[in-house]
Amino acid sequence: MYGNGVSKARKIYIMSMRVLMWASVAVTCLLALFMIVYISVRGIPNISWEILSTKPSYLSGGIGILPDIMNTVYILIATLVIVIPLGAGAAIYLTEYASNKRIVAVIEYAAETLSGIPSIIYGLVGMLFFCQFLNMKTSIIAGALTLVIMNLPTIMRTTQESLKTVPQSYREGAFGLGAGKWRVIRTVVLPGCVDGVITGCILSAGRILGESAALLFTAGFAHALNGIFEGFSSPGATLTVALYVYAKEQGEFGIAFAIAAILMVLALVINLSAMLTGKYFKRRRNI
Amino acid sequence: MSDIIKVKNMCLWYGEHKALNNININIPGKSITALIGPSGCGKSTFLKSLDRMNDLIPGVKITGDIRYKDKDIFDASVDVNELRREIGMVFQKPNPFPMSIYDNIAYGPRTHGIKSRAKLDVIVEKSLKDAAIWDEVKDRLKKNALGLSGGQQQRLCIARALAVQPKVILMDEPTSALDPVSTSKIEELSSKLKKDYTIIMVTHNMQQAVRISDQTAFFLLGELVEYGKTETLFSTPSDKRTEDYITGRFG
Repeated sequence: MYGNGVSKARKIYIMSMRVLMWASVAVTCLLALFMIVYISVRGIPNISWEILSTKPSYLSGGIGILPDIMNTVYILIATLVIVIPLGAGAAIYLTEYASNKRIVAVIEYAAETLSGIPSIIYGLVGMLFFCQFLNMKTSIIAGALTLVIMNLPTIMRTTQESLKTVPQSYREGAFGLGAGKWRVIRTVVLPGCVDGVITGCILSAGRILGESAALLFTAGFAHALNGIFEGFSSPGATLTVALYVYAKEQGEFGIAFAIAAILMVLALVINLSAMLTGKYFKRRRNI
Repeated sequence: MSDIIKVKNMCLWYGEHKALNNININIPGKSITALIGPSGCGKSTFLKSLDRMNDLIPGVKITGDIRYKDKDIFDASVDVNELRREIGMVFQKPNPFPMSIYDNIAYGPRTHGIKSRAKLDVIVEKSLKDAAIWDEVKDRLKKNALGLSGGQQQRLCIARALAVQPKVILMDEPTSALDPVSTSKIEELSSKLKKDYTIIMVTHNMQQAVRISDQTAFFLLGELVEYGKTETLFSTPSDKRTEDYITGRFG
């Protein structure tokens, strides 16, 4: 029979390997589960309509995170509006137009390196360049621009990768009908890779949401409630920065955990939507 | 029929490698010309030079003279997009765009500025009918073209090429990825189309060349060895190499 030829030592080896694998799976799952449960238990009871809808006041001692929510939205919008056209444009140029393969390779390598730099360094550079040299002061827009630099490589690389997945035969077909370069890109290449671009953007949004180090120096800690336009030029803490401030400087762990729970839900939503849009566009492409 | 394409002393290099050497050929209008030869002999490269698709490949250099309707196609005054409208192309692997059947056919006309829905409807119907695929797709014009079978996709690509009213259609082994039934449909279609169009077809299938072409050109190692009426070339080839190739001694 099949199993008869296997020695005892071999059987023990196979069993122990199996146990080890199961153990690592269990530890991984338990850790994730523990994080989720712990944050939910500590955080959700502290979430109230009052906290979500008010701003903090030193006079009454009340704490509200509405300004932080709004600042997060402003930063997200400002960053994405700048970084998507910039990153996607660069990617289109590098993949479709640039003819010097060596320069393209160098740029790709540089982008890869950039995305590995710790975010606090982006914060430092952003502070010196945007806040001081360009005199933007500590403001949402300075923070957003810092995040633009930080996310540019991500958007560029994901767009490039998805541009490369568009079959060359589509381009040939369109050129063969007498379409010009830009028309080919706009009508055949871009629609074919839009899923990749959108996934990249959503993942970037997740990264922006979770970023604190790069914003500490550039966007500041303010909790003032601003409309969208004055919001850009004023300093303001995003949810993640507010979490840091409440936990570290003010010892308000309840609020910090409430914010953590909100962020966790947002991260879940963002990842889900990335997955779903990816799937949606893939299905549309392969009917 | 007068010659629609005239090629004189044409050479082509991929970087340092000379892929085509001193090609001279005149192709008559409204006929089918077959290009045969073993793999790598340069026949596809030659075909792609005729509508300047080789422009897309970096490092390609062409010398000599290619004239379409007596006009040098590399002349600075030639609009390459307009040239490719007049000289259409059907590729080896069917390559419909990932959009609806209707939009696939309308892509070319839209590219060249036709916006009116009514006009596009007429063009789409006529092109699909000319490509003998209308009956199979008329009820699902809004469906994605990738849902069609390989043979249908290839006829769709022919319809897409016809939609811009070309004069010449270049076909690069259009049936090599298809089953025998689809192949014979494409062959029938080609024979029908030569009433109105000039077809130049690369093929690996010599029976196919015999069945449908009027002239055959035999390429070998980047040279045009022999060119003439298909019956003559296959029955009494004048060059020993042609004879060896068509009798299956190599290739």
